[in-house]
Amino acid sequence: MSKGRYGIHGGQYISETLMNELIRLEEAYEHYKNDPEFNAELTKLFNEYAGRPSLLYYAEKMTKDLGGAKIYLKREDLNHTGSHKINNVLGQALLAKKMGKTRLIAETGAGQHGVATATAAALLGMECEIFMGKEDTDRQALNVYRMELLGAKVHPVTSGTMTLKDAVNETMREWTNRVHDTHYCLGSVMGPHPFPMIVRDFQSVISKEMKEQILKAEGKLPAAVIACVGGGSNAMGAFYNFIEDKDVQLIGCEAAGKGVDTALTAATIATGSLGIFHGMKSYFCQDEYGQIAPVYSISAGLDYPGIGPEHAYLHDIGRAQYVPITDDEAVDAFEYLARTEGIICAIESAHAVAHALKIAKNFGKDESIIINISGRGDKDVAAIARYRGVDIHD
Amino acid sequence: MYEDKFAKNKIKKAFETANGKAFIAFLTAGDPDADSTVRFVLEMEKAGADLIEIGIPFSDPTAEGVVIQDANIRALKNGMTTDGAFEIVRRIREVSQIPLCFMTYCNPVFHYGYDRFFSKCEELGVDGIILPDLPYEEKAEMEEPANAHGVAVISMIAPTSEARIQTTAKEAKGFIYVVSSMGVTGVRSEIKTDLASIVQSVREVTDVPCAIGFGISTPEQAKKMAGISDGSIVGSAIVKIIAAKGKDAAPDLAEYVRSMKEAVALA
Repeated sequence: MSKGRYGIHGGQYISETLMNELIRLEEAYEHYKNDPEFNAELTKLFNEYAGRPSLLYYAEKMTKDLGGAKIYLKREDLNHTGSHKINNVLGQALLAKKMGKTRLIAETGAGQHGVATATAAALLGMECEIFMGKEDTDRQALNVYRMELLGAKVHPVTSGTMTLKDAVNETMREWTNRVHDTHYCLGSVMGPHPFPMIVRDFQSVISKEMKEQILKAEGKLPAAVIACVGGGSNAMGAFYNFIEDKDVQLIGCEAAGKGVDTALTAATIATGSLGIFHGMKSYFCQDEYGQIAPVYSISAGLDYPGIGPEHAYLHDIGRAQYVPITDDEAVDAFEYLARTEGIICAIESAHAVAHALKIAKNFGKDESIIINISGRGDKDVAAIARYRGVDIHD
Repeated sequence: MYEDKFAKNKIKKAFETANGKAFIAFLTAGDPDADSTVRFVLEMEKAGADLIEIGIPFSDPTAEGVVIQDANIRALKNGMTTDGAFEIVRRIREVSQIPLCFMTYCNPVFHYGYDRFFSKCEELGVDGIILPDLPYEEKAEMEEPANAHGVAVISMIAPTSEARIQTTAKEAKGFIYVVSSMGVTGVRSEIKTDLASIVQSVREVTDVPCAIGFGISTPEQAKKMAGISDGSIVGSAIVKIIAAKGKDAAPDLAEYVRSMKEAVALA
């Protein structure tokens, strides 16, 4: 079996044109990940540019209100550019630069990964082009302009369902057009090997910090770590350093949209089946002939028909649990966190908050759970207002 | 292995022409409908096509340019499925023994079930399968069940393949699909890759014929590409004719294929 396997998942199902580039990328990554100079540079960018380490905040009001486990929030929303995406992007951009690449291309859903990539490109003096579904450029017009301010060119993608999966298709096509000077800065723990590994490693700083911070605060590991899952990069980053700690429950929250019993859902584990797509074997939402299903979620960042191969594996072996959260539940949690703790989180992260609201009371007062607040919610305010029928003329 | 199964594989016949060069035509199953696809295949055979690639449409054809992407969407919208594509082959096989390959993506085949898919190919006489998202590293899971039913998994070689050319070619079956250019399928005014040296490198290790595809649309290009290899593959230019003329495309397709076949015959 080929490289990059997580149980039966993963692999490199990609066009021959890209194979040598993936091999070179893996070689470069294996070299630089152990290079002290590379790591010192990346740590400096993390700490002095992105604002790491991010806070682990004890949400006391929420804890009292829910009447169970102590609730901690990992504040990835406080990172520069407003989400966890910057962790992976700084790592990949630096790696690409070392490989002699001068141009970054990337897909984006909500725009968070696009903004992060455009930011890293500006900082490191690289060209940048972002592919974003036409539906999403309309939903997230502010982020489009933000990327343009940072010097990136944004291509609205009009093929297929005009959302995240089509943006990935188009970025892959562009990469096969021009690979010699271009790195595809993939935004999640998905795609062909070595991307799921590289993205996980750069995101694993989240759980590395979480572990140190919770041990300092509580003197013991948390009972559970909860994160939202689209492709799954923030969740993989939040889970990774806890995988060997079998007593820590790992819970991924998928976007159920209007519900897992409707067609308007993006919950891959709940409704998908095994398949091969976007370079990997994993679970996908698809029809009886293996056509990839159009998916739906209020959250553009979770509106993806697949899940990263390592999550698929953690699901298979029962190490992590994946639960669906509906639009309604996520919006309620979004508003709850704003009113209770004064934090407007991303609608993606609100899916994780929603599950914590359900289960916190099942834990003892001496136990803690950590919710990964993967991003901030400024970008979602207009959409939430629309959802509630409020006209704010944005 | 499976030599007896491959004895009746028809791909090699495509290259048994007067000058040993093949003209290979691609179209998408169900574009604009199944009846038309059957008619177009038979018409292209009459006009001189030596092998036909039938595309099983996929929702997300990442190796295709806009022309074939649109054909995939049209076909799916019109209800084409994997079973529908098999039915098209069954109807073609009632009257024709032209070498046939499917072209699609891994997921429709995986989801159908490898053994079920390839036993159906064997039963109906599909000789090969082209999967642009199945590189050398991943081919084993597909090749084992395909070969057990006498179906060749076509290997692709790209301008970026370098040292992979010979590794891939050594294990190739049926024919080798040499991708002419970087990027996705689609008509190109110029092909700059040094294809002669790629073909040379292939020939050092195998007798399996090489055909060049991606970007070929004119008789001049077809002649030139077949001249340095064993055949020319044309997709987007054919699909464009179907997109423009719909169900009435047969006469135009015949005329186009005839001009391309003549050019390849002179290569």
